[in-house]
Order: sequence, then structure tokens, then C-alpha cells
Amino acid sequence: MKASAFAYARATSVADALALLAAHGDGAKVLSGGQSLMPAMNLRLISPELIVDIGGLAELRGVAVSGDVLKIGALTRHAELLRSPEIAAHAPLLAEAVAHVAHPAIRNRGTLGGSLAHADPAAELPACMLALNATVVISGPSGERRMAAEDFFTGIYETALSAQELLVAVELPVARKSSGYFFDEFARRHGDYAIVGLAAQAIVKDGIFADLRLAFFAVGDRPTLAKAAARLVGAVVTPAILSEASTALSKELDPQQDQQASVSMRRHLAKVLLGRCVSALLDRPDLNAGGSA
Amino acid sequence: MTIATASPQALSELDRPNSYIGKTVPRPNLDRLMQGRGLYVSDIELPRMAHVVFLRSPHAHAKIVSIDAAAAKRMPGIIAVVTGKELAAVITPWVGVLTHLKGLKSAPQHAIAIDRVCWQGEAVAAIVATSRDVAEDAAEAVRVEYQELEAVTDMRTALDSATPVIHPALGDNLAFERNLDAGAVNAAFADADEVAEAEFIFGRHTGVTLEPRAVVADWNAAEARLTIYQGTQAPHMVQNIAALHLGLRESQVRVVCKDVGGSFGIKVHIYADEMAVYALSKLLRRPIKFVADRVESFNTDIHARDHRCKGKIGVKRDGTITAFEIDDLTGIGPYSMYPRTSAIEANQVVNLVGGPYTTKNYRARARVVFQNKNVMCQYRAVGHPIACSVTEGLVDLAAAKIGMDPVKIRRRNLIADDAYPCASPSGLRFELLSHHAAMNRLMAMMDYESLRAEQAALRKKNIHRGIGIASFIEVTNPSAAFYGVGGARISSQDGVAVRLDAQGAVICQTSITEQGQGSESLTAQIVGSVLGVSMERVRVILGDTDNTPYGGGTWASRGAGIGGEAALQAAKILRRNILDVAAAILQTSPGELDLAGNAVVNAGDGAPRIELNELARVVYFRPDTLPPGIQPELMATRHFVPREYPFAFTNGVQASWLEVDPDTGIVRLLKHWVVEDCGTLINPQLVDEQIRGGVVQGLGAALFEKCVYDERGQLTNANMADYLVPMSGEMPDIDVGHVVSPTSETELGAKGAGEAGTAGAAAAVANAVNDALRPFGAVITEIPLTPQVILTALGRI
Ligand SMILES: Cc1cc2nc3c(=O)[nH]c(=O)nc-3n(C[C@H](O)[C@H](O)[C@H](O)COP(=O)(O)OP(=O)(O)OC[C@H]3O[C@@H](n4cnc5c(N)ncnc54)[C@H](O)[C@@H]3O)c2cc1C
Repeated sequence: MKASAFAYARATSVADALALLAAHGDGAKVLSGGQSLMPAMNLRLISPELIVDIGGLAELRGVAVSGDVLKIGALTRHAELLRSPEIAAHAPLLAEAVAHVAHPAIRNRGTLGGSLAHADPAAELPACMLALNATVVISGPSGERRMAAEDFFTGIYETALSAQELLVAVELPVARKSSGYFFDEFARRHGDYAIVGLAAQAIVKDGIFADLRLAFFAVGDRPTLAKAAARLVGAVVTPAILSEASTALSKELDPQQDQQASVSMRRHLAKVLLGRCVSALLDRPDLNAGGSA
Repeated sequence: MTIATASPQALSELDRPNSYIGKTVPRPNLDRLMQGRGLYVSDIELPRMAHVVFLRSPHAHAKIVSIDAAAAKRMPGIIAVVTGKELAAVITPWVGVLTHLKGLKSAPQHAIAIDRVCWQGEAVAAIVATSRDVAEDAAEAVRVEYQELEAVTDMRTALDSATPVIHPALGDNLAFERNLDAGAVNAAFADADEVAEAEFIFGRHTGVTLEPRAVVADWNAAEARLTIYQGTQAPHMVQNIAALHLGLRESQVRVVCKDVGGSFGIKVHIYADEMAVYALSKLLRRPIKFVADRVESFNTDIHARDHRCKGKIGVKRDGTITAFEIDDLTGIGPYSMYPRTSAIEANQVVNLVGGPYTTKNYRARARVVFQNKNVMCQYRAVGHPIACSVTEGLVDLAAAKIGMDPVKIRRRNLIADDAYPCASPSGLRFELLSHHAAMNRLMAMMDYESLRAEQAALRKKNIHRGIGIASFIEVTNPSAAFYGVGGARISSQDGVAVRLDAQGAVICQTSITEQGQGSESLTAQIVGSVLGVSMERVRVILGDTDNTPYGGGTWASRGAGIGGEAALQAAKILRRNILDVAAAILQTSPGELDLAGNAVVNAGDGAPRIELNELARVVYFRPDTLPPGIQPELMATRHFVPREYPFAFTNGVQASWLEVDPDTGIVRLLKHWVVEDCGTLINPQLVDEQIRGGVVQGLGAALFEKCVYDERGQLTNANMADYLVPMSGEMPDIDVGHVVSPTSETELGAKGAGEAGTAGAAAAVANAVNDALRPFGAVITEIPLTPQVILTALGRI
């Protein structure tokens, strides 16, 4: 299929892009890597009147560390996240997760900002933002605003962004010493969106979780920080505690059914991931024996 | 690659110094394709060419109440909007039946639906415009009012009296039924120590060619001739059908088939929308291009499989299989496809079940029913994956019942290698197969005993791996028994013309076609070998009804065995003619001469006597210098069709080694082996890659591919994100070995190899998954083996 006709504008600056968006309202769409937008247009699922291409805006590129904050520009491509030494040093979770995003050709074009703005509930990077406690930086007609990643994702393909706003960057606290991470997902083929996935960031002291952020994805209408994590923090995790957390997790998740998995299968797989994650982070193989408990 | 020769045979004309037969040589068309100089239908641009987009039904079953195209017709760039009724003025409907499939019935099908649509995706109007995107814009402006009818979607209830009959004139939804009862089945089951039964379920899937179906049809009113550019496997079949339904003589239709981006049986049929393109060109008197997009490919390219087959096997405690019984049910969509029909797959299942084994007791029933889903028809390995999965699944169930190793039970029952010729209970005649040699080869390649030991050791560590074995037979080189006897004008013979050009190079026209399997290469290899001409001096022309001999094309694993033999025989005549001329020029006898290194040489010492270049110069430009009475014929044509055996059966065995994660239901393929016997190997690399490609399609069926329909007949995954094709990351290494039992029906001795990989791959995987899950007591007889299916069987969800 061919996209229906549209107008195209190449933004020269963030201000220019915002002006274009303000002038055209809901009829305009931002183009970053195009890896989600173009297929949707070609299938005529959406037919924007104007494409605002922000691909040339150098100000939206790059990874920089200042103090405790790692700032990643919205136009940073998946392939750059994969290769960046700053990401490897300060947010290794992200580097590991992005290897699961699609295939090299798509990673060469797809961007972090595009992935977050697109807000596919099965996407890896939004969940990583939750696990890493990221702040999303948004530019709009009335200036810049910041919000916690947790509040940014509001539903399937829905975010707190308005049609007049641009996602310009994310800010992450740099990984602390004694912090650990875990990433895994189940997909039928490598590179596919996950059936269920988990991005986790933790602080482990003396075999005990001091902090644990478990961001599940593809088990609800948006990435979810599991409250059940709290049950595992501050005490030695026993199989009984893990089992309680697992049950609690199952209750709090609200997965959807699709062609790959039923609701109960998603709940089951989330529990398997929980077991594998806790066992890996604590280096306790004994906890994974009953991953499907 | 490893070759074990079961029955060595000298190939006089081929087994020569510098012969290309049995050698891996690069395909002559490789550079052209790699450098982007292939010519696919979508590359073709003709003056005044217009593009057609089909408006397709969103409903599985509905009456067309009205079509309002007024607004669309007014849009810029729109040339015409044509309905089924309007198109019926230039093209007649057809019925996809053949007389040898007794009782097969179907309803008349139109190029574009006229008053009723019978599946989601059936065309209801053609929008012809200056470009595809303009036509798509206009398609959105065509208003069709439908009155929805109840959709028949579940094959299990299609024959119930409460289910509406899709074509009332046919009386019921039963398209075809076949029953077979051979030997003494009841007695054999009574005689068995154990009986195992299961229902095997096969997902509906499709071929997913990289290049979608595409046609450019060019009606030249001044010449009263239609030229059809189409990626088809059977150009002469297309010529015949197009002429028949447009009211033309075959001489008024030329079919040109340039490069084809994958076919796998998808492009061997006549599709309604393709017929509509031919008709539109005639109606509008200009070239029309149609290129299916991916969504319409999923909705209209033939689907295949979608069988539910109950199976039963009887076995003695010593492992002797006493009987097989099956009851197969398949739903084919609303029409039997044209012209090959949609009953062939079920018919093949009946033919092939139990085929590798000695038992003579076999009962089968197959029923083919209509549904309101996309049409189903022949796709690579037609019927074989079903028959093989059922047979091999039952054999493993029987082995488990009596506690026997799966290899041992097969060795006990496979037809002995020295028992040929013989016939199967369904009447298939086997000339020469090599089941035991193939199994022995496989055991050595996979080191079966060590693998079993490894499996046992890993099981203790809670790692669940399985080994699956599947023996198979494959129908190749079909004679007229396949289609011709049923009245289809689909040629089972093929022809090749070879000629020496004025510089001693060879031009070879063949009626077989190329869709990537290497038809061009194998033809050049054979011709070059017989004529002693290097391959780069052999030019092969295929895919043009104006410029090749008449023939069937490439399908049903027939290109090498039938077209290759025609090439061999034509080249032999040309060789004799060349030697006759050479003898006259050199004043010797032809018996003293041979052809090698692009020259005529002494038969005795190989010393060059006259270059072919020089010989051609004399023949074409100085015939006055030849002795009187000599009329050189530097062009020769031969045709070939198998007459002794209706089919040249091949055989082989596959094995899969995989790991199942019982927590996630995810299957990881670790290794796959195939040993097959296609007789003479013309180009071992091409054969191996045919096998590997076929295996990958079988693995797709085993784990990934399925057209998911909802109960209203909506295909819900008609895109590459939701319909999962196998990708390289999930594919195991595939080791291929060969046993060589040439057919003596031809001098070449080649049988087909195109479908063997697909025939047995899914069966091997399913058996391996069940082998891995043995400690859990779960048995799964459904493919694709998705995580959902496996976790459900394990009771985890
Ligand atoms: C075959 C295939 C497989 C894929 N598999 C995966 C996968 O496994 N996991 C995964 O996470 N993703 C996957 N993707 C999607 C890919 O990661 C995309 O790159 C990503 O979702 C969108 O990024 P993009 O830069 O391409 O955005 P675009 O396609 O350019 O834009 C996507 C949406 O976001 C909006 N947008 C883009 N940038 C901004 C911005 N800065 N501010 C505001 N709005 C913006 C656009 O208007 C549009 O609505 C896959 C894509 C393909 C084609």
C-alpha cells in the first residue's frame, strides 16, 4: 500500500518544529526514525497532512554525562545506544535492552525519542525508562517541562505529550555502585516485540535488595512498575517470599490477550521472569528452581 | 555434503572429462540478480501503462447490494472503475474441477465478484489509474453496500445440516471425498498388540514469496494479441487459460516470465485478480499493471494445509506395524482453485500416509469442504507434510506404546532397499528407494547414540532436549497422471531446443521455468557437458511462450528430471549433428571424434581438431566448401515425458535436535539433518540449498506460520509483523546428506528435490518436541507448536 499524499517540512530548529506543530495542530506528525510512523502511514492507519521531520536537529542528538545525570537526546538512535561507552558505563541496562529491539536495519534509524513517544506497550525502551527512574524532557509552546517516566506513559500508544509538543531528551540518574540490572524478554523470534518482558534495576547489599525497580512490559496497556517488588526489598528472599511476591505480581498485572498469548500465559510468563530476575540479581540459583510456581 | 552411492551407474554421455554434472558451479544468473539487473514484473514499464488496485471485500460472506463509484471516477488520474458485471463482458467464469478427482465439485468463479463475495479479500471492483497511489485514494471513495451473510468458517461444522450451504446449487459444502480401504484393516488392528490414536492439527499457512504476485497485461488491439508479463511457474498453462476465457486462440496470447522472486507453488495457479488484469487490458485497450501488496498477498495468495487428521496405528510388540488408518478433513475456502483444483492436497494425503512402510493394511477417508476463507491450493510439498507428520507421529506413538526406540521401529518397518520395484497400499509404484541406506547415513551424520546419551545427561540437569526422526517419500517428475488425465491443459512433457550459433556458442530454449531453484544452471550444465562447451558459452532462454518449446514449466519437483532429460536428449542430437559435420570437414568418421573444450577433438587422444567457432563459421558462411550432399543441422529439439512410472518417487529421512523450555514453551532448534535420495545430483549445491530452503519452510510451519482467522472469517494477521515467517536467527544448521538411486526411466537419472525438505521438517520437529516433553507425559499433535500450545499441553497455563 502507498501512503496517502502529505506535505513535508524539514524543521531547522526545535523552535521551528514547535512553530510548525502549533500551526498545523492535530494534522501534523513528527518524524524521527520513521520506523513506526512510516509503516502506519503506508498501511493508511494514519494519514497526517504534514510531516515535520526533525531528523536534522543536531541539538536533539547525543549522550552526555553531567554530575549524576546522564542525558540522552531524543534523536539518539538505537544503534548509538548499543555502541555508546557512556551508556555502557552508566546505564548498562539500556545497552542490553536495546539489543532486543528489532533488527540492525531498524536500529540504525529508530530513535529513543520515537520509541518513547510511540509508546508501544510491548516496547523495551519505555520499560527501561521506568526501571531507570528516568525523567522525560518535553518542549512545547510554553517552554520546557519535565516529568517522571512513570507518569509519561498513559496507555496503548498514548503518552502525556500533546500534539504541540516534542520529546527532546531523557535524563537518567547514573548507575550507582552496587547496583545491578536484569533484562530479559520472551519473544517467538529474535527482534520481535516481546510477549512479556522485564527490565529491572536494583541495589543489592549483602545479598539483600536495598532497592528494586521491576518494569514489566507487554503485560498491560503501558509499561508497569511492579509494586510486588517491595515485598522483596530489605530482607533475605526465601522461596516463600518469592512465591508471595509472585502471587502479588500476578494480581496487580492487567495483561491483554493477543495472537501470541492469552491473559493467563502472560501472567505465567511474568512470574517466570520474576523468578529468573531475582535469582540472577541475587546470584541465587536456588530461587529459580520453581520459576513457574 | 556427503554422498553414499547405493547403486552406481555409468552416465555415458554425461560422465565425461570436464562434465559439469555432479559439480557445484555458480548459477549463471547470479551476477545479474546480485547487481540488481533482474527484471521482475514490477520493473516493467510500458507506454500508456495504467495501474490497477482492487477494492476488496471486508466481509467473509456478503451480498453486494450496490456499488457507487461516481465520486471515485471523478478523481484526478482515474481511468476507470470496473465492476464484476462490467468485466464479465470480456471474460467468462470458470469452475476448478478435474475429472480424475471423482465427485469433485465447485461453483463458477468470476474474475471480480458479481453479486456476492465469498471471502474477505475477494475483489469487488477494479480501480484503474495513472498510478497505484492515486488508485488507492480512489478506492477509498468507492461506496459498496453489502448485506452480510452468515460465514462458514469452521471446517468441523461445515457439513452439519444447520450450517448454511455456501453455493446452494451444489447441495452441500462437501467439495470432494475420497475413501480407500486396502488390505484387511480390521483384522490387522485386531491382530495388533497395541493401538495408538491421535488427532493431528495443521495450521493454515501460506507461501510468503519475497516478490508478491504481479502481472502486466498488454492487449494490442492492432495485432489482436495479448502479452502477459507474469511471474508464473507455468507460462503455457497461463496462455491456455487466458485464451480460453477471453475468447482468443492460444496463438493470440504470449506469456513472458522474466525473473521471479520466489514462488513455492503460490505462482502456479490462476488467480481471479490476475484474470481480471488480462480482461481489463482487453477492455481498456492498454497495458495494465497489478502488483499485489503484502496485505492482499496474505488475503489472496493461496493458503495451504489447514487439515485436521485423525490417525490410528496398530503395532505388534516386536515393532511390526500392522495397519494405518486416517480420517482427514480440510477446508479449502469458497472455490476449488483453477485449474489444478483444491482437492489435490487431501488426495495426496490419502496417497502418501504410511508410504515408507511395508504394511499393506491401510484405510483412509479424506473430506474437503468449502468455507468462507481465502482459497487453499497446492503449496510446496502438497500433502506431504500432512501425510508425513501423521505417519511419523503415529509411528512414534506406537514406539512409545511398546517402549521401542524410534529408530528401531522404523528400521523394522521401512521397505527393504532390495524390495523394489513395489507398490504402496494406495497403489503408488516405487521404482527404487533407499530408506535403510538413508537411515544408516543419517545415524552416522548425527551420531545418534551419543546424542541420546547427551539428552539423558542433560535431562538430569533439568534441560529438556528432544530428538525427532521422520522418514518420508516424495512425489516428483509427475507424468500426465497428475493433471492431464483429469482434463487439465497442463503439459506434463517439456521440450528443449539447442543450437550452435555462428561463433560456436550454444543457445538453449527450454520450456521449464526459473524461480530461483537453478533451472537455468542445471540446463546449462547438462547441455555444456554433452556438447563439451564451457557453461559461459551456453545461453539459456526460458519463460516465453513465443520463444521456447511447449511444456509444463517448473513445479512438483519436475524441472530437473523432465526438463533436464529433454535438454540431455536435445544436446545429444546436436552433438551427433556437429560430429557429422566435423567428420565431413576433417574427412574422418564421426566415431573418431569427440567434443571437449569448445572444440572437436580426437576421440582417442583428445587432440584438438577444429574449434566449434571455426566449424560454425564454415557451416554458416562457407557451406560451399562442404562436401556435396551434406546439410548441417546445428539445431536440435527434443521433448520428454515419463511414461513408465506416473511419478518418480524419492525418499529420505530428517532429524531434528531441539530444546524445549518447559517454563516458557519456547522451542530452540539446535540442529537439523536431512538425508535424501533424488537420484543423480546435477549440481550438489543447488540440491542442498533446495533442501535447506524447503526445510526452513517446514520449520516455519512447525513453529511459526499460521493464518489466524476469527469466527467471522476475518484474517487477523495479514502482515509481516503478526504472521511470523521463520527468520535466520531461529534457524538451526541444516546438514544435508545424499544417497543416490538414479531413476532408470531417464538417461539423466535425476528425480526431483524441490519439496523433500518441506515434506518432513515439521514431522521431525513435532516428534522431537514430544521426545523432549516425554518426562512431563505431554503429547502434542498440533502445529505450529507455539509457546501457547506447549504451555497449555504442559498444564502450566
Ligand atoms: C520490523 C520492525 C520491528 C520492530 N521491533 C521493535 C521491537 O522489538 N521493539 C521496539 O521497541 N520497537 C520495535 N520497532 C519500532 C522501532 O523501535 C521504532 O524505531 C520506534 O518505535 C520508533 O522510533 P522512530 O524514531 O522510528 O519513530 P518514528 O517512527 O519516526 O515516530 C514514531 C511516533 O512517535 C512520534 N515521535 C517521534 N519522535 C518524536 C519526538 N521527539 N517527540 C514527539 N513525538 C515524536 C511520531 O510522530 C510518531 O507518532 C520495530 C520496528 C520495525 C519496523
